[in-house]
Amino acid sequence: MGSISNVIFYVLIFLTLYIQVFFLLTFFENRKKIVIRKGNTKLKFHPSITIIVSCWNEDKTIYRTIRSLLGLDYPKEKLKIFLIDDGSTDNTWNFIKRFEKYSNISIFHKENGGKHSAINLGLEHVQTDFVACLDADSFVHPQALNRMVQCFLDNKDIMAVIPATIIHNPKSFSQNLQKIEYFASIFVKKMLGILNGLHVTPGTLPIYRREVFDKIGGFRKAHNTEDGEIALRMHQHNLRIDYCHDAYVYTVAPDSLYKLYKQRLRWYYGFMKNLIDYRHLLLRPKFGALSLLTLPSGIISIFSIIFLSLFFLSKFNAYLIEKIIQFQAVGLGGMLHIPKFDWFYINIKSIPLILVVCYLLIIFSILAGRKIAENSIRPSGFIILYMVTYSVIAPVWFLKAVYNVIVSERPSWR
Amino acid sequence: MTSQNDWKKYIIVFFITLTLFASAFYITDYFYNNKINQLKSIQDNISIDILSSETQFSLLQELSCKDVDNSVLSQEINNIADKINYSEKNFATDNTDIRYLKKYYSLLEIKDYLLMKKISERCGTKNSFILYMYSPDPTCTDCVKQEFVLSALREKYPQLRIYSFDYDLDLSAIKALISIYKIPSNVPVMVIDGKNYQGFKTIEEIETIIPQLKDFLVEEGEENTKPAEKPAR
Repeated sequence: MGSISNVIFYVLIFLTLYIQVFFLLTFFENRKKIVIRKGNTKLKFHPSITIIVSCWNEDKTIYRTIRSLLGLDYPKEKLKIFLIDDGSTDNTWNFIKRFEKYSNISIFHKENGGKHSAINLGLEHVQTDFVACLDADSFVHPQALNRMVQCFLDNKDIMAVIPATIIHNPKSFSQNLQKIEYFASIFVKKMLGILNGLHVTPGTLPIYRREVFDKIGGFRKAHNTEDGEIALRMHQHNLRIDYCHDAYVYTVAPDSLYKLYKQRLRWYYGFMKNLIDYRHLLLRPKFGALSLLTLPSGIISIFSIIFLSLFFLSKFNAYLIEKIIQFQAVGLGGMLHIPKFDWFYINIKSIPLILVVCYLLIIFSILAGRKIAENSIRPSGFIILYMVTYSVIAPVWFLKAVYNVIVSERPSWR
Repeated sequence: MTSQNDWKKYIIVFFITLTLFASAFYITDYFYNNKINQLKSIQDNISIDILSSETQFSLLQELSCKDVDNSVLSQEINNIADKINYSEKNFATDNTDIRYLKKYYSLLEIKDYLLMKKISERCGTKNSFILYMYSPDPTCTDCVKQEFVLSALREKYPQLRIYSFDYDLDLSAIKALISIYKIPSNVPVMVIDGKNYQGFKTIEEIETIIPQLKDFLVEEGEENTKPAEKPAR
C-alpha cells in the first residue's frame, strides 16, 4: 500500500514539475514578444463593440463599473454599453437607470434567470462587430479595450481575447493573498494564450468576435461557470482565444477566506462538470495545448493538491501521535529537551528538493506576473503567506468540489 | 492542432523534467553517502573503543580498582546511537549499511556491559544496568513510549547505564543475551539485576525497581562519571 502511494506521489510530482517546466520554456521562447505597452495605444481602425454588463445585486460596485466603461479611450460612436439587471433585489436597477440618458448606453431589466440568460438577452440586441462581457464588480483600465482590439487587428484568426485581471484595492488578508495568486495567473494565462490553451474567458471583459455566437450559439448555464463552458465550446470549434497581458481589468475579490472558499468551490465544481461534459476534448492532439496540457494539468493540479495535502497530513498526524506518546510517557517537563544542532540531522531528500524547485517556479511566475501588471518584481511577504495559506485551504475546496461532483450537489453562486 | 514542433517541445520538456528529477535523486544520494561515510568514520572510532575495552578488560586483573576508568567507551557511542536511530527512521528500513552499523553498536554495548559488570563486582562500585529489548516496528507504541522514559531517566541519572538492543536484529550475541536472560518476544522488555520486566514502565516504576538510583542523585557532583549509553532504536 505504501509503495503504491509512493508511486502515485512520484508520478504526480513529476507531472506537476513537467507543467511548470513547460510554462517556463514557453516563456523563454517568447519573452521578446511579451511587450508591455505604456501610454495610449492608437488603433488604425476602431471596430464597433458592445459591452454587456450583467448584474445581480451589485449596487455596491455597479456605479463605478459603469463609470470606468465611460472612461474607456474608445470612440463613443463605436462603443455600445448594455446594462442588464438580472432581477436584482437591491438598488442595482436604480443605479442603472441613472445612465439611461447616455446615448450609447441601453438598459434592460429582466427576471432573475442566471448570468448566462442576462448575457444572452444582450446578445439578442447586439449589432456590432465585437461583443464584450463585464461583471458588475470589475473596473476597466482606460486603455484595456484599445489594447485588446489591437490583438484582433494583428491576427485575423483570433476569435476572442481576454485581459489581465488584477485584484482591485486589496485590503483584507484574503484579498492580499488573491492579489498574489492573480499575478501568477497572469503569467500562466499568458503562456496558455501563446500555446492556444486558454480554458476560460472570465467575466472581466473578454471580447469575442460576434461571429463566434453565430457559429456556436450563446451562453449556457454550464454549472454556474458559463465562462469556462464557452471557452471549451470555442476550442471544440477550433476558435482561438488569445490573452492580452497589458489590458488591465480590476476586480473586487472575496474579502474573507470563507467567501473565497465559496467562490472556488463553484469554480472547480464547474470546471470538473464542464470537463466531464467536454471529455472528448481531453488528450486529442487535434485540439492542441488545451487538450494535451491545460485540461490534463487542471486534473493533475486537483489530484496533486489533494494527494499531497493528505500525504503531508498523514506525516503531521504521525508526528502529533509521537508527541502525544512522549507526553504520556514523560510529561511536559520531559518534552522540553532542546537537541544539539548537528548537520547530520539536516535531511536532504529528493522530494523536498523537487518541491523546492516547484515552489521556486511558482515564485518566478508570481514575479513575472507582477512585472506585467505593475512593472515591478519586488517580492512581497504575501508570497510566502499565499503559498502557505493556499497549501492549507486549497485542498479543502478541491476535496469538497470533487465530493460535490460525485454526489451531484451544485454549489450556490455566493 | 498539434504540429511537429509542438511534439518536439513536449518531448524536450519531458527530458528537462527527467533531468531535474534525476539531479534531485543524485543530490540526495550524494548527501546520503556523506552521512554513511560519517557513520563509518564513527564506526572506526568504535572499533578502537572495542579494542581499548578488550585491552582494559585484560588488564583489569593486574590493576588496582583506583586505576580503572569507570567509563570505557568514548562519548562517540551516544553520538552514533542517535545517528543510527535517525538514519533508521529516515532512510530505507532495509538499509544494509545501517543494519551493519547497528550490529557493531550492539556488540560494543555488550562488551561495555560485561566489563562494567566485572568492574562493579571486583571493585564494589555502584552501578545500575538496564538491558532494554525493543522492536523498531512503529506499531510497538509501548517501545516508543519506553524509549522516551529511558531517555529521560538517562538525563536524570547519568550514572545509570542503559543498553538497548533491537530484539529482531540478526546477531548471535543478542540471541545469546535473549537466551541467557530468557527474554520473551513480546517487547518492550527490560532486564534489571537479572530479572525481566515486561511491558511499558514509567519513570516512577523504574525508580522503585532500582532504589539505588536515589543514591545517584545524592552522589551527583561527588563522582565524575561519564554518561551511559543512549538507547539505540
